[in-house]
Amino acid sequence: MRENQTTETVTPADLVGKVREFADANWRLVQICVTRLPEGFELNYTFDKEYAFRNLRLSIPVEVPVLPSVSGVYWNAFLYENEMHDLFGITFEGLVLDFKGTLYKTAKPFAFNEIPVACAAKSAPANPAAPAAG
Amino acid sequence: MSFFGMTKILLTSLFRRPATRLYPFEVRAPYPATRGSIGITVEKCILCGICMKKCPAMAIQVDKPSRRWAIDRLRCVACNYCVDVCPTKCLTMKPEYAAPTVTRDTEPFTIPPPAPKPAAG
Amino acid sequence: MSKRTIIPFGPQHPVLPEPIHLDLIVEDEKVVEAVPSIGFIHRGLEKLVDKRDFLDYVFVAERICGICSFTHGMSYCIAVEEVMNLPVPERALALRTFWAEIGRIHSHLLWLGLMADAFGFESLFMHTWRLREKVLDIYEETTGGRVIFNVCKPGGIRRDVTDEKMRDYAKVLNDLEPEIREINNVFMNDKTVHHRMCGVGVLSAADALKLGCVGPVLRATGVAQDMRHLNYAWYSQVNWKPATRTAGDCQARCEVRIDEIYQAIDIVRQIAGKMPAGEIACKVPGTPNGEYFVRTEQPRGEAVYYIKANGARNLVRFRIRTPTFANIPALVKALQGCDLADVPVLALTIDPCISCTER
Repeated sequence: MRENQTTETVTPADLVGKVREFADANWRLVQICVTRLPEGFELNYTFDKEYAFRNLRLSIPVEVPVLPSVSGVYWNAFLYENEMHDLFGITFEGLVLDFKGTLYKTAKPFAFNEIPVACAAKSAPANPAAPAAG
Repeated sequence: MSFFGMTKILLTSLFRRPATRLYPFEVRAPYPATRGSIGITVEKCILCGICMKKCPAMAIQVDKPSRRWAIDRLRCVACNYCVDVCPTKCLTMKPEYAAPTVTRDTEPFTIPPPAPKPAAG
Repeated sequence: MSKRTIIPFGPQHPVLPEPIHLDLIVEDEKVVEAVPSIGFIHRGLEKLVDKRDFLDYVFVAERICGICSFTHGMSYCIAVEEVMNLPVPERALALRTFWAEIGRIHSHLLWLGLMADAFGFESLFMHTWRLREKVLDIYEETTGGRVIFNVCKPGGIRRDVTDEKMRDYAKVLNDLEPEIREINNVFMNDKTVHHRMCGVGVLSAADALKLGCVGPVLRATGVAQDMRHLNYAWYSQVNWKPATRTAGDCQARCEVRIDEIYQAIDIVRQIAGKMPAGEIACKVPGTPNGEYFVRTEQPRGEAVYYIKANGARNLVRFRIRTPTFANIPALVKALQGCDLADVPVLALTIDPCISCTER
């Protein structure tokens, strides 16, 4: 059963204000995730209230990966933000609990900060050795 | 609030057969569906290499020139994918687990050359 | 003010077989603050979508966790199916629901056993796990594995179970139910158990929502939120309602899980009574293109799966938010002000599964 999911785009400057609106209306922070795309980072802030699903989306450039932290609004966001810092190298300003890159100790710093193979393959011709769908 | 709920369970289990088996001496028969280890019927294999390409654990090696099909039992995760994709159904999932081993090596099978096709007519 | 001492807890601790580390700042016997740290077993499985075809990734998705492995595999498949709009046959959905509920029974029995072990009730631990063995046998008989099942694939399932067998399993669970009830009565009524769990780690409903709690931790505070309400798989065809308690303490979380065991048995009974006929899988043409958030209810709570694809054979992004990840902040808050001796019990009542948390 497909869930009705609404996504709205915000700018980094409006982010904290928007998130505060959700917090004031008693929405639950479901998750925050980031996707590395060739043109930059795409972040999704997901909220839930009585099974309703809303999503805030924003894009930031790879060159200046800095965002204001929402952990002052939703305290539990500190885990997500530390995770995004350790895996993607995005810096959050004003984290309530900053692990300073020690939440995930990866052998390679910011291990997930690579353009996904799927995006790289889009421009190049498809791999002829890839077997057809079964 | 009671203290004796557990006492009853403990007393009954005192007079019951043990819930466990004396393992090395008494081995449970595997379920027919158990994914134990991969077996191969060498006569049916055509060395197409699909199993090698599909294996998520990269446990299978197929070498066409030397007619060799080999499996690393310790890498194999018994997911049954190779059995599903095998075009000649020469791979099977056996319910018995592979024997324990102390060395990490692949188990090779030599695929006999195909029997000459009977002349059409 | 008395002197503050920092006591490290974990990642190796007798009651907690999961690698979470807590720095407990204590004043006398009271915990004032707790600082969690994870990251001991981060494996980067999300990034593996770069190395695996989207059809093959299901084997990786299932290996994220060894307890809720079925739900992980199923949720990944649901995500792919939603993006590709696949018409999954109803029989596949019914069997997925069956396996997911069996998983709930086995996970909760496992947790009850660990809980008994945590407060030193060894015999109760052994007996709970004795019953769990029968549930694992059902898994092995139907899927071929006890821990990793490999039965889900995008588009359906890989193994069928006959209708008679389904009725047999419902009967096995029916016979098991009185035994489970007997064990659970100890958890519900025994004075020693109450002594350790009642009034420990109380969370209010408002706090739980604000901290983003999910699953039994949230339902123990009285919020009836259960993602099975979103009617994925076959949950629209069976009758059930979320189990809740209002106390919000450790005992309430324990009782919610106990109720869910009976509920899962009832759901299995209902499915066995009306198995739909037909195919078990549909064809998967082409590659996914699009994105979707799937929310499923694991034994530990809501898990979120995000898939983004652009038509290539590898996904652009696969992200999992596991229930424990959402419950850690609540654990940290609940630890503030509790007794040092209650820390293991409290940490265990969120049912931590750090391996899935870190992926």
